[in-house]
Amino acid sequence: MAKSSSTRRESFPIGLGSAPSASIERQIPANEPPALPVNAVLEVIGKRTPRLDARAKVTGMARYTVDLKLPGMLFARVLRSPHAHAHVISLDKRAAERHPGLRAVHVIHEAGSTGLQTVRYVGAPVAAVAASSRVAAEEALSLIQVEYEPLPFVVDMDQARQPYAAPVFEFAPSEARSTSRSGNVWGPNKDPFSGGNRGDVEQGFRDAEVIVEGEFRTQVQTHCCLEPHATIADWQTDGLTVYTSTQNIIGVRDELADRFGLLPEKIRVVCEFMGGGFGSKLSAGDDTLIAVELSRKAGAPVWLCFDRCEEQLAAGNRPATWQRLKIGARRDGSLTALSVLAYGTAGVDTGAGVGNFAQGLYACPNYAMTQYDVMTNAGPGCAMRAPGNVPGAFGLEQMIDTLAEKLDLDPILLRDRIDPNPARREERRIGAERIGWAARHARGADTGLVKRGLGMAQSFWPGIVDTSSACEVRIKRDGTVSLRCGVQDIGTGTRTVLAQVVAEELGLRVEDISIEIGDTDLPRGQSSGGSKMTGSITPAARNAAHKALQALLAPGAAKLGAKPEALMVKNGRVALRAMPAAGLSFAEAAALLESDISVTAGRPADYGGLRVARDGGGIAVADLGGVQFAEVAVDIETGSVRVERIVAVHDCGRPINPMLVESQIHGGVLMGISYALFEERLLDRNSGQMLNPDLEQYRLIGLADTPQIDVVLLENYQGRSSTDACGIAEPATIATAAAIANAVYNAIGRRIHALPMHPANVLAACGLIPGYGWRI
Amino acid sequence: MSNDSDRDSVTLVGITLHVNGTPHALRVEPRMTLAEALRGPLGLTGTKIACNRGACSACTVWLDGKPICACMILAIDIRERSVTTIEGLARDGKLHRVQEAFIAHDAMQCGFCTPGFIMSAAALLTDNPQPSASDIKAALSGHLCRCGAYPKVIEATLAAAAMEA
Repeated sequence: MAKSSSTRRESFPIGLGSAPSASIERQIPANEPPALPVNAVLEVIGKRTPRLDARAKVTGMARYTVDLKLPGMLFARVLRSPHAHAHVISLDKRAAERHPGLRAVHVIHEAGSTGLQTVRYVGAPVAAVAASSRVAAEEALSLIQVEYEPLPFVVDMDQARQPYAAPVFEFAPSEARSTSRSGNVWGPNKDPFSGGNRGDVEQGFRDAEVIVEGEFRTQVQTHCCLEPHATIADWQTDGLTVYTSTQNIIGVRDELADRFGLLPEKIRVVCEFMGGGFGSKLSAGDDTLIAVELSRKAGAPVWLCFDRCEEQLAAGNRPATWQRLKIGARRDGSLTALSVLAYGTAGVDTGAGVGNFAQGLYACPNYAMTQYDVMTNAGPGCAMRAPGNVPGAFGLEQMIDTLAEKLDLDPILLRDRIDPNPARREERRIGAERIGWAARHARGADTGLVKRGLGMAQSFWPGIVDTSSACEVRIKRDGTVSLRCGVQDIGTGTRTVLAQVVAEELGLRVEDISIEIGDTDLPRGQSSGGSKMTGSITPAARNAAHKALQALLAPGAAKLGAKPEALMVKNGRVALRAMPAAGLSFAEAAALLESDISVTAGRPADYGGLRVARDGGGIAVADLGGVQFAEVAVDIETGSVRVERIVAVHDCGRPINPMLVESQIHGGVLMGISYALFEERLLDRNSGQMLNPDLEQYRLIGLADTPQIDVVLLENYQGRSSTDACGIAEPATIATAAAIANAVYNAIGRRIHALPMHPANVLAACGLIPGYGWRI
Repeated sequence: MSNDSDRDSVTLVGITLHVNGTPHALRVEPRMTLAEALRGPLGLTGTKIACNRGACSACTVWLDGKPICACMILAIDIRERSVTTIEGLARDGKLHRVQEAFIAHDAMQCGFCTPGFIMSAAALLTDNPQPSASDIKAALSGHLCRCGAYPKVIEATLAAAAMEA
């Protein structure tokens, strides 16, 4: 990226809504394009354009990793541990190697050694084979003889925290002392993602006039991407090509380079279409690493696709959490202290917890978080759509409602006093009106067996900005335009929004722009994660298109006898601003070029700066928010909770394509309802086995459970980049379960402290059946 | 995926599959499912396998015009019946109105479940040309979409019903 120290002043629209009256002056890098006006006056940006790849998707022509077939391709299968915890004593692959279809065997060794490993969860990979067919691979796999020495294990977080619990990892006593580990409890994790702890909570609680406390539990949720994790690896002597279902082609390339000691430029990672990720495909997974190992050994391309059971056991999950929240406030509602103690389990991995939700959402001078990872003999957790903040919201937003009740304040009014974000204030107002908040009854007021309730909750997610990636725009002399960037489209419509931005800048239509993405041979892209893609990459696309346009206009201006700045592009024409009828077609202007244009540009840090600047990006000043309202009906005889309606009021800067934003909000809401009511990974604590490793007993929301979802999308102009766009994926799901929980409380007058809110949980909360197991 | 085993011991069965109006002679293992036969030897990868046990309906195709899960029936059991896949839904390059409506209403995100949804929605309109939203919910309730396109699937199917067939 060109770095220029010279700057200029530019005026940007600022504020909420389609016609904000205010503007703000910002000092921006001199080579940035002019400020983009509001969507209402634009031709392509802000329009409900069907996604560019829709036709490929509805005709079955879209090729996902699992659909690809390379000449001479082999098929791989993975042998997995049947034990929750065991030493692998011996592994005999001789019989497998005699199978006529077998081409390679890969044995997984202990990290950093050549020794046999200790497996720590049911489904942990032990070995893998590549064979001439999938059937041959299955047969060869069954011939591998493994001897295990089973070890004590623990899969339940509460049990794992006990001093007598079976250790998931063994450490020498010296090691255990030198690290912050106490048995299976690791931490606390004090990553100051949004600034860490602040103030003095003890003093804050002394200053409080009201204190509320509560404990909350959330379950393990699995990603359930419809396309499983899948990779085709093709190791050749001159380089490695990997086709993989990933949210992060560039990250996978860099990881593979590191892992296999290859130069990054010798590795090409390709993902043209991918069937869902939700955080589980952000790095090179076992599917990728094993396929590459096998391809290297076999000297042929290797196809590896997990089956549904493998997906459920070993392809990532949203960790389970337990948290205790304590909030101190004055009578007017202002918060004096907020403390969070949290334990979470990501199985054999770290990173569980309740995120930075309580840290960032509300104004509170004194804040302390203590967050621990608990090791259990279960498949590793990983990022899942708004990691941490989804369970974080389930706890905090219920506690804020509890506080409001104790202060005899409406929950919306309390939030108006303590939430500094102006967009959410407006969103609360709009949502309240839309759901009919004024008619909300007192808790448990319905007299029948089916009790209705209204509730609301808020989203908070940091605005993550990536400044490490770049887009290339090419204009050829034949008038064709392409945008090239090594990002991938996870299903959010990245292709489409990139085309909209370039088309707008060049006065063309979306279909005039050819989009080349999904390949690391293109200019460096970034991951589809953290809700950062649209906000980070569309400015780079516009910046590149703007520079390409300058190059295009120069010869056109000479031909028209005008200065380049006197020209404009619109409706596929290059014309004089003063005399729009006079001019050239885009293709005629391109034909005047001496050679094809190719311009690559990145995006600088946000105009006006970042709140937290890091190498390659940072955290934006404004958070990503949104407010959701839920209307529920609870049958207190059966315990069933039915969500009847969700009103989701969101903003994401300048929406590039409101139809696609709406689709993502639907998706976030539905994933949130599914998490709130249905989904739960069940592990048998006596065997360590998952009881529902499928898509029937592991219940996902379906069409029959889908309520009316009203999406209200606000434009929120902030003057932060050349497109002023932001992401939406994670905010769309953070508030949902919490809003439902608050609505259930309004319906039945009882708090649900544990997810999912399935019938037994609800009946127990109503005191109609005893609580059971670890549930509160 | 391919099930072409190079082991002599595997018994292959000669069958003819009538897919999208064309007969295809194949030699398959008896255990090969219709979904595997379509995706492997026939190269019709628009039919997706996501759960491989009839729980998600991503592999929905028509058997004599009725939607079925292609992962739940063996290729050798198809016999004379005609199979229609997502690739055979458009006629002479003209998309089926359900396909048109799914595009216009953005009834997809990642798109992996989309062919299955479309096959069921199109079959519904044949049986019930004017379905209500609850008819659509009932008819498509076996389909899973993790991205959450359900509201737009309903919207698109209603819109398709309102179009000229």
